[in-house]
Amino acid sequence: MGQSFAAGYMLFLLKGALWTLGLSAIALLCGGVLALVVALCRISTQKWLRLAMAFYIQIIQGTPVLVLMFLMYFGLPALGWSVSPLLAASVSLSVYVSAYLGESWRGAIQSVPQAQWEAAECLALSRTQRMAKVVLPQAVRIATPPTVGFMVQIIKNTSLASVVGFIELVRAGQIVNNTTFQPFLIYMLIAVLYFSMCYPLSIFSRKLEARSGEKSYA
Amino acid sequence: MHSGSEERNHEIVVSLKGVCKKFGDIEVLRGVDMEVAKGEVVAIIGQSGSGKSTALRCIDLLETIDEGSITVYGHEVHKPGVDLRALRQDIGIVFQSYNLFPHLTIEENIMLAPTAVKKLSKADARELAHRVLGQVGLAEKARNYPDQLSGGQQQRVAIARSLAMEPKVMLFDEVTSALDPKLTGEVLRVIEDLAKKGMTMIMVTHEMNFARRIADTIIFMNEGKVWEKGEAGILNNPHTPELREFLQNEL
Amino acid sequence: MTNLDFSVVFDRWDMVLQGIYLTIRLTLVATACGFILGTFCAIGKRGRTPWLKKTCGIYIEAIRNTPLLVQIFLVYFGLSNLGLSLNAVTVSMIALTINVGAYSAEIMRAGFDSIEKGQLEAAETLGLTRRQIYWHVILKQALERVYPALTSQFVLLMLASSICSQISAEELTAVANFIQSDTYRPFETYIVVGALYVVLSLLLRVLFWVFGLAIFRRRRNLAAFI
Repeated sequence: MGQSFAAGYMLFLLKGALWTLGLSAIALLCGGVLALVVALCRISTQKWLRLAMAFYIQIIQGTPVLVLMFLMYFGLPALGWSVSPLLAASVSLSVYVSAYLGESWRGAIQSVPQAQWEAAECLALSRTQRMAKVVLPQAVRIATPPTVGFMVQIIKNTSLASVVGFIELVRAGQIVNNTTFQPFLIYMLIAVLYFSMCYPLSIFSRKLEARSGEKSYA
Repeated sequence: MHSGSEERNHEIVVSLKGVCKKFGDIEVLRGVDMEVAKGEVVAIIGQSGSGKSTALRCIDLLETIDEGSITVYGHEVHKPGVDLRALRQDIGIVFQSYNLFPHLTIEENIMLAPTAVKKLSKADARELAHRVLGQVGLAEKARNYPDQLSGGQQQRVAIARSLAMEPKVMLFDEVTSALDPKLTGEVLRVIEDLAKKGMTMIMVTHEMNFARRIADTIIFMNEGKVWEKGEAGILNNPHTPELREFLQNEL
Repeated sequence: MTNLDFSVVFDRWDMVLQGIYLTIRLTLVATACGFILGTFCAIGKRGRTPWLKKTCGIYIEAIRNTPLLVQIFLVYFGLSNLGLSLNAVTVSMIALTINVGAYSAEIMRAGFDSIEKGQLEAAETLGLTRRQIYWHVILKQALERVYPALTSQFVLLMLASSICSQISAEELTAVANFIQSDTYRPFETYIVVGALYVVLSLLLRVLFWVFGLAIFRRRRNLAAFI
C-alpha cells in the first residue's frame, strides 16, 4: 500500500509541476506580447507615451508579485468581475513579466548600434520598416540571453499562484501534505523539482551570455 | 659612468642557474644563467617574446619555474617551501602598468604595506611615506588620488611604494614602456638616482641610451636564453649577429 | 466605478505602520546579514579549498534555482523538525538572509573578478597576505563597482519580504490581508498597500544612495542612483 501511495503522490506533484510550466508559458507569452508593446512605447517619438510607460514600469517593478496576485484575485471580484485562480495568476504574472521584460527589451533595442538605424534610413525605409526588418531582429539577438535568464524568475514566481489557490507545484505539495503530514520532505521534493526545471535554463542562459560576448556586430 | 663600480662588493646576491619555463607547450625560458652582484645594475634587453619579462617575474615568484634554480639573498626561490613574505620584503618590483590602488590616496598606497606587513604604526608609516615620496620628488601629492596624477608621476609613486619596504634588490619590468615619451625622463631620473645610491637593480628595458649610461652589465636575451652579456660597450660593438640585428631595429 | 472607500485603510493606519515597520526591519536585517554571508561565500568560492568552493557553489545554485516561498517553508518546517520553535519573524529573517546571501555572493564575485590582476600582483609582491589583499585592496573597490547591482537586489528583497506573510509574519502584506478580510474592501486595500511598496522601494533606493555617498569617499555619480 505504501508504494502505490507514494507513486500516486509523486504523480500528483509532477502534474503540479506541469501546471507550473504551463502557467509559466502563459505568463511568458501574454507578458511577452505586453512587453513588446511596453518596449516600443518606451522608444516612441511621443513623449507622453514614453512617460506613461516609464510610470507603469516603475509602479509594477515597485510592487510585490504577491500583492499583484491578491489584487487580481480578491480585488477584482469586489468590483464585479469573477476571477478564477488561473486567471488571477495569469494576469498578475503577465503584468509582472511585461514590466521587467519590457525594460530589458527596450535596452536591447537601444543597444543596436546607431549605425544600423542610419543605414536603414538611408535605404529609405519607413520607421516601421526600419524597426521590423533591421533593428528588431538584431535586438532579438541581444535580448535573448537575459530573456532566457528571466524565464527562471517566471517559473519561480509561479509558486505564488499557490497562495490564491491555483494548483501548481507548491499547492499540489500542500494538498499532498494534508494527508501525509511530512511537510519538510514534501517541500524538499518540491525544491528538487523546481531545481530540475530552473537549473538547465540557468546554465543555458549563461552559455548564451558567454557566446554573445564573443560575437560582435561591427 | 657606472654606479660605484670600484667599491662594488663582488658578493653575488641574485643568481639564476639553468632556469627553464614553459607556458603550456611554448618554451619561454630555455636555460637562463645570470648572476648579479650586490650594488650592481643590470639591464636586460631583447625582443618581445625573448623571455626577459618572464625571467624577471620568476625572480619574485610571480611565475614558477620548471627547471633550474633561483637564489636571491639566500632565499631559494625555486624550492616549494620558500618563505614568500620574507622573499617579497627583500625584493621590490615595479610594473609597466604601475598598478597603484585607485581607491587609496598616494600616501595610503605607500603606507599600506609597511603597516600591514611590517606592522609599523600609522604615524611612522606616514613619515616613511613622505620620505620616499620626497625621494622621488612627489611629496606634495601625498593626499591626491592616483587618477589625478600623470603616468610618469604614478610610476614614480609605484617606485616609492616599493622603496618604502626597504628592499635589498629592485626589479623594473619595462617601467617606461607605457609612458608618454615626455614623461619617461622623470622616471629614469629616479631610477638613476637609486642606482647611484648603490641599490642592486635588474631592469628590463627598451631605453638603450639609459641602459648604456647607468648599467654595469647589459644582458641581451634571445629565444629564452642569455644570448650575449657584457658591459655597456657591447651596445656599440655587438658580438653576435642577433644582437646586432636587434640594435639596428631599435635605432 | 462602484463606490470605492479608501478610508477603511486609513482608519487602520496604525496597523499599516506596524506592518511597514516589520517589513523594513526584515529588509535591513536580512540585507546586512545576507551581504556578509554572501561576501564570505564569494571569497570561499574563489579560494583554494576544494570542499569550500563546492559547498558555496551548491548553496548559490540551490537558492537561485528555487522559489523563496519554498525556501521559507523549508526553513520553517526544517527548524521545527530540529525541535526549535522560533517565532515567524526570526524564521523570516533567517530565510531571507539565506536567500539574499546567494544573490549577493554572485554579485560580489563579479565585483572581485573585475579587479585588475595587476593590482593583485602589486599587492602580493609588497608582501600582503591573501586576507590583507581582500580587505585593503579588493573589498572596497569591488563593493563600489557593484553597488548599484547590490542596491537593486536589496530592493527586490524588500518586495520579496511580502512572501513572509505566508508563515504569519505580520509585515505589510499580512496586514493588508487582515484589513481586507475584515473590511471586505480588497481592491482599495491592495491598491494602497501596492502604492506603499512603491514608495518604500523609492525610499530604500534613496537610503542606499545616501549610504553610498557616505562610505565611498570619492565622488559618486548620479548614475549609481538611477
